[in-house]
Parts: sequence; C-alpha cells; structure tokens
Amino acid sequence: MEEKAVSSVRYEHGGDEFVFVELSEAMTLEAMFKGMAITNKLKEKNLPGIIDVCPGNASYMIRVDPEVLHPNDLIVVLKELEHSVTDYKSLPIASRLVDVPVLFEDPWTHEALMRFRNNHQDPEATDLEYSAKVNGYQTGEELIKAITTYPFLVSMIGFVPGLPFSFQLTSQEKQIEVPKYVRPRTFTPERAFGFGGAFAVIYPVDGAGGYQLYGRAPAPILDVEQELADFKDSMVFPRQGDILRYRNVTREEYDAVREEVKNGTFQYRMKEMSFTPGEVMADPLAFADKVMGRLYND
Amino acid sequence: MIKVRKPGLQTTVQDNGRNGYYELGMPPSGAMDKYSFHSANLLVGNDENAAVLEATYIGPELEFQEDLLIAITGGELQPKINGNPVDLWQAVSVKEGDILTFDFIKQGARIYIAFSGGIEVPEKMGSKSTYTLCGIGGLEGRALKEGDVLHTGEMKISDVKIGASIPEELRPTFSKHNEIRVVMGLCSYRLTEESKERFLSIDWTVTPDANRVGYRFKGEALDFIPREQPFGAGGNPSNVTDLGYPIGSIQVPAGIEPIALLHDAVTGGGYATVATIISSDLNKMGQIKSNEKVRFVSVTLDEAIQARKEVGEKIEKIKEILK
Repeated sequence: MEEKAVSSVRYEHGGDEFVFVELSEAMTLEAMFKGMAITNKLKEKNLPGIIDVCPGNASYMIRVDPEVLHPNDLIVVLKELEHSVTDYKSLPIASRLVDVPVLFEDPWTHEALMRFRNNHQDPEATDLEYSAKVNGYQTGEELIKAITTYPFLVSMIGFVPGLPFSFQLTSQEKQIEVPKYVRPRTFTPERAFGFGGAFAVIYPVDGAGGYQLYGRAPAPILDVEQELADFKDSMVFPRQGDILRYRNVTREEYDAVREEVKNGTFQYRMKEMSFTPGEVMADPLAFADKVMGRLYND
Repeated sequence: MIKVRKPGLQTTVQDNGRNGYYELGMPPSGAMDKYSFHSANLLVGNDENAAVLEATYIGPELEFQEDLLIAITGGELQPKINGNPVDLWQAVSVKEGDILTFDFIKQGARIYIAFSGGIEVPEKMGSKSTYTLCGIGGLEGRALKEGDVLHTGEMKISDVKIGASIPEELRPTFSKHNEIRVVMGLCSYRLTEESKERFLSIDWTVTPDANRVGYRFKGEALDFIPREQPFGAGGNPSNVTDLGYPIGSIQVPAGIEPIALLHDAVTGGGYATVATIISSDLNKMGQIKSNEKVRFVSVTLDEAIQARKEVGEKIEKIKEILK
C-alpha cells in the first residue's frame, strides 16, 4: 500500500478573524525559517482582506477581515505556500547583527525576583542559580558565560510591543532551556533580561511576566517617542531574523550607556549581514563564530 | 473644548483601534464594545470610527465650554445634564457651561460618549486609541484625570437632528448570565476530552481581574493531556512553544483559571490557547462585569462570520434611520 506523506502542520481558526498555523510543536530552526519564508511570500501577495501577518517562533498567525477574505480560502493559499517553499533554505535573509549590553545580576531585577519568590519553583535560589542548576551548570557565572558566548536569532516579536523572543545559535545539546515561573509575576522592570523555555527576551516595558530574570539591559528596545537614531523608522527596534549578541557588561558601562540613552546619543553597535537558513542549519556553531567575527572584528 | 471635572474610572480616548501592527507586538486597543462605539458616533453625525470616550463602571464629570451635539451609548449608566436625566442612545444638544454627570451603573460595564466632530488627539500608528501599557495614543497615553481638557476635531460628516435616537430593538440588552460564542481550536488538542466538554458546559464567573487587557474567570480546574513537553515550551503541561495569541483567545495557565485576551492584551506567549471569542461577541464581552456569569458556546466558523455580518447589517440600519 502506498503511504501518503501527511503534513504535521496544523491549520486552526482563531475565531472568525485569525488563522493560526503551527509548523512544529517544538522550537526548531527549520520551523522558524519555514514560517518566515511563508509569511514573507504571503506579504508579497498583498491579498485584500489581510490585516496582520505575524510570524512566530515555530508557528505563525494571520488576521483577516473575514468578509473580504474567508479564512478557509486563506488556508488554501497558506497550504500552497507551505508546499512551495521547499527552497526556503536558500532564500537570503537581510539581517542585522547587534551588540546588546546586559548587566547581569543587577539590583533592579534582583529586587523584583526576590519579591516573587513564592511564585517560583525554587524560592531558596535566585532565578540565575536555579536556571544554572537545571541546565547542569555549577554556578550562575557559568550560565552567564554560556548565554554570552554565542549570539541569538530573533525568532518572534510579541507579547508586548518590541519584545524579541530570541533563540541561541548553538548546538542542540548546548541549548539552554528553563521553565517559566509557576505563577507569573505581576511586575517585571523595563529592560529586564529574561529566559523562558528556549528563549531569551528583553522586556520592553514594566509589566507582568513569567520568564526567569537574570539581568537588565541599559539600552531600550522600544522607544515610543522615537528619539534615538535606531528608532527613527519604528518605535520597535528588533525584527525577526536579527541576530543579537547579549554582552556581559560592568555596572560602569551600564551607567555610561544609560547616560548616552538619556542624552539621546546612544546607538547600537550593529552590522548588516545577509545569510541563508541553510547556512545556519548546516552548522549553527560555525555560523555563530562568523557572526561574532563580523560584528566585532570586520 | 470640554473640561474634565472628574475622570471617572479608567476613562480613555478610544477609536476603532490601531490595526495592522500586531506583528510588532502592538495590540489594537480601540473600543471594547464596537457596536455601541459606532452607534455613538453615528448619533452625532461623525464618521463611525471617530475617537470617543470609553468609561468603565463610573462615568466622568464633564463641563462643556462650547455648544455641542453629544451621544452616550453602551451600558445602562444614567446620564444627567445639569442634574436632569437625559436619554442614552440619543443625540443630545449641550450648551456652553452645561455639566454632564452620571449615576451608578445598572447594567453593562462600559459607556461611550461621542462628541460631534470627534475627540482630537494626535494619532499614533494611525489611531487615536489609548494604550496605557506603553503610554501611547489618547491623552498622553493615559486615562483621563481631573483638569484635563479635550478638544473636538473634524470628524463630523453629516447632520443629525437633535433628539434623534436608536430604536429599542437595535440597542443591546444586558444580563447577569451571558452566552459568549467561541470557535474551539488553536491548541485545544492539549485539553482532555472531558475538560473540553466542561469548558463548554459550566457557568464561569468573571473575577475582579477583568479589564481592557483581558477577563479572568473562576469555575473549575481543567486538565491538559500529560506529555513529554516539546523542546522550547517550558515545563507545565499548559505551556507551548511561545506563539501568537488571537484577540479574544482563551488560555488556561496551569489549568487553573481561563483568561480571555481582549483589545489591550499581550499578542503572544507560552500558554496553550483553547478557543477564541468570535468578533461579534467581543462587544458583549466588553459589557460584562465582575461576578457576572459566562457560558461559552461553541459555534462553527461560518456561524461566526454570519454573526459578524448581522452586526454590520444593524450598523447599516442605524445609518439608514439617522439619515
């Protein structure tokens, strides 16, 4: 008997306005790049009735006016795109490599995480100590080193405006994975650096949150007033496909960057680079080394 | 010019919403009950999407410093001009020096106050809607406060007679027991069959944690199918690899209390979403108060689209009546 290849991709309706497509239950580079290719092609089609195209980590979501474009007709288009992006590995991505300073174990997120110990798996440890332990590291220092050695690929923007979900470019066995808080915090300081599941994030604004907190970035990723040069075109800085390198900085450097932000002179250290998903997927570590070289040496 | 003598509770400037920026993590904001919102604008001859005030539970106290046509729609919150009751769902003329106040809310949760010309505030990403989390839109990105001054704009497009009103049969009705229609799906496969059935068969109570961001419900715990969690999702069975949340989607963190995400909500995260409130019923959801009951009713996509069309037809009927 001939077996038909069955796609594991799930097409689902989010009420009458949304179509949600899950490419993979697990986070994989393959799902992320495929979703990116599909959503880019969909945007190029400029179909009437589409309000939002939202690429995600291992899924994506489309918002439509269902009286203009019936969600089932959209799904037909999306399935065609799914089958037509077999070349997604060779489609170039115009990316930006960005140096993102982070002050680890800073006083502000420390104060916040201590306030919510009762919401945490391990009330006796800090988030960093707990995360180090569950990932097989002896100390928080070792975990910080693992986070800052290789850069992260921005795989989704969301939760709140500008928040970059970023996924580390490293070997599968070196991937850091941490649980989220048992009960989410009701407060997280603006610019907190957190980790949940396989994703590192920076919280753009004060607010609720469930990721483990390790530090704080001195530079914003959301600038509502668009005063800084990097935010001239958009109040949101990160874009899917950007590569962020979280760099461990001293309190001195943190304060110096804060000063530049306040003066309106801060600009991210940044390089443009085009790459293909195939290049990243073939050898994430070699690609990560290339990124580091390009960002800091070229 | 309109002077804010008392701000009421969480009174914000809202319009049809900041649509098209979900990809950046920007929720649309905008009026919670779009039907009442469009109606209020039509009653004063505005473009149906002009900016209005949305007040929750407690109305503001406003002093008019010019002659204006106004209309108040939404929940049953008796308005008074200089202490004399005026009708809801009606075009009301006010004079310079008049003062608008409100009694306590009887039914519903939100009212919409439209002013002829609309409220004039700077647009951010194509909308005047207030989104307080980021401090954008509306009046300095925040709820009204005492002493604020509102200016009217140029959104008037037609003349409506003073006293024109929307007939009873085109006004929403309110109840303490509500049916809210949902399309099941998204990640509902993560719930056990029994929990899916319970989700649709019990009366959920709206908790005090109910606002523009979302509504949290109390009822009973729901069970997720145990599994070895996929890489990237996090440890709880209710966790998924972080994904986009549709407006109106319902999640059940750790299976404890369902949360329906509304117009100011987070756009994505790591909890399994199990159903989505249909767009026409978001209006009704926005008029439900804490401690009231909600039963979720599963409908098909085509039923959802039909319900949406019916709301559109009612708005067209109102336009016809007010011509």
